Amino acid sequence: MRKTLVIYLVAEPETPELARAAVEAGADLIELGFPFSDPLADGPVIQRASERALARGMRTARCLDCLAETRSLLGDTPIVPMTYAALLEAYGWERFAADARAHGATSLIVSDVPAGQRPELRRVHLVAPTSTDERIQLAASTTDGWLYLVTLTGTTGARAELSSALEGLVARTRPLAEGVPLYAGFGISTPEQATAAARLADGVVVGSRAVQAAEEGPAALGAYVASLRAALDAG
Amino acid sequence: MTTTAETFGEYGGRYVPETLIPALDELAAAWEEAKRDPAYRDELDELGRTYVGRPSPLTRAERFAPGKRLYLKREDLNHTGAHKINNALGQVVLARRLGKQRIIAETGAGQHGVATATACARFGLECVVYMGSEDMRRQAPNVERMELLGARVEPVELGTRTLKEATSAAIRDWITNVGTTHYVIGSCVGPAPYPELVRELQSVIGREAREQLLEAEGALPEVVVACVGGGSNAIGMFAAFVDDAEVRLVGVEAAGAASLGTGRAGVLHGARSSILADADGQIADAHSISAGLDYPGVGPEHAWLRDTGRATYIPCTDAEALEAFARLSRTEGIVPALESAHALAVVAGLDADYVAVCLSGRGDKDLAEALAALGAG
Repeated sequence: MRKTLVIYLVAEPETPELARAAVEAGADLIELGFPFSDPLADGPVIQRASERALARGMRTARCLDCLAETRSLLGDTPIVPMTYAALLEAYGWERFAADARAHGATSLIVSDVPAGQRPELRRVHLVAPTSTDERIQLAASTTDGWLYLVTLTGTTGARAELSSALEGLVARTRPLAEGVPLYAGFGISTPEQATAAARLADGVVVGSRAVQAAEEGPAALGAYVASLRAALDAG
Repeated sequence: MTTTAETFGEYGGRYVPETLIPALDELAAAWEEAKRDPAYRDELDELGRTYVGRPSPLTRAERFAPGKRLYLKREDLNHTGAHKINNALGQVVLARRLGKQRIIAETGAGQHGVATATACARFGLECVVYMGSEDMRRQAPNVERMELLGARVEPVELGTRTLKEATSAAIRDWITNVGTTHYVIGSCVGPAPYPELVRELQSVIGREAREQLLEAEGALPEVVVACVGGGSNAIGMFAAFVDDAEVRLVGVEAAGAASLGTGRAGVLHGARSSILADADGQIADAHSISAGLDYPGVGPEHAWLRDTGRATYIPCTDAEALEAFARLSRTEGIVPALESAHALAVVAGLDADYVAVCLSGRGDKDLAEALAALGAG
């Protein structure tokens, strides 16, 4: 079965074109980062990219425009905005969810609103190696479509090795999340790591390394995504 | 353990990545157990008496405030020179109960970093302190003290290079090392249970002050004043008076970092509170000559006390604080921390005769910065 490849990009003026290049190269889902000034779950690459995007004026309204433009280029490919509570708090929680959907979002990820908080907000939940079985069950039963498995205890960013914690997390999550696809992210940057993670999970999320490739333009991003796609398809 | 509760009215909560939720549950459970355990209370009381120098004295300041009955609660006389040691010891003893061997902290003025490094030295725990590089420059003596105490000071080179970025860096370290590490947050901010935990550990200030004031005057003060950055000395001072409806509670913010005075509801560092942010929720830069007040957020309980009207919060400029810093030194022979000088600066303008101020720390660390600013002014 085809493994799902999720590519994360920070919302900037060039992002719709970049997202199209990623999808043409084999990405199945685009996570669109709405930048926040103090992104606690993110490592240095996404911190810097967020800082740059904010300096270029990528506030919530422009991020929504970027989402709509990306939607117009991608057809039916799922697009999931990923952001932090501060943006929703300022914009209005329900209004943010409604406007994101109206601009083409498939769902939402809010990095610092764990399962159980704000239950009325439909979104994709994250589970981590530190999550108890009880919390994994809560996240699985309320998540919107799939579950984001954080492979490691740490922030986003490339690592030399795939986290050894992923195997145990998948083993604990499978029986608690029947029928829910599990996509693994954080610390996955090479085709080898993507393949290894996808042997355990149903898909992978690649963020920081994709953001770096995107800085070199659509062709570089496309080539990088194609290398991940090829590795996943070869298994 | 619920993660949905907003702890103080509509403020507080736990806006952190999933990775930290189990550690916060564990901390909350350990805290509930510890605060009911006489052995924990006894250990903290003993440390307070034999190591910190508690109870801290209450000093009448006649020459500073002629015509008023002004009393200073002398947290500046604590070991390490500020109220921060009350919280640092309480949390480090709690971390030992949790079996954590590694301690991290953030620091602005350096007082919380020094207090945490001190507590770790006392108990033989590894200590890493995150500090913005701008604050390291402004508070160089405290950097040297932390290193002498055996802590590692990690410079933070992001954003404004002050307390906000240091706090973010500490939270990221905690996310990474949560299995082995306890995060000793320095103020009544952060995700639940931290705001309540820090208030309870600092409430010793108010309990002692209330008793000492009653002994000195036979009555409660008309007004209790404290400076507010994150707000831990203020919440500790206010805690003992909050049920005394006749006692006015006044918090003093740096005018350039008035999260309560000019902020809006928002989310920062794991809690919903009143913060300096733009209309999109992006955190704004704070400014204060005092590194300890140079923070765009504030403890959620203060936002709630403001909204309920139980406490009022007023601003104080850098210049007003510097004037009070110099004047307390000359009139009373007490060099206050620049943070505490903000609280002192508003006393003359208060419509009250009998006033208590929490003198949260001493000003040795501020000499270079304050003298340069006074000379320039």
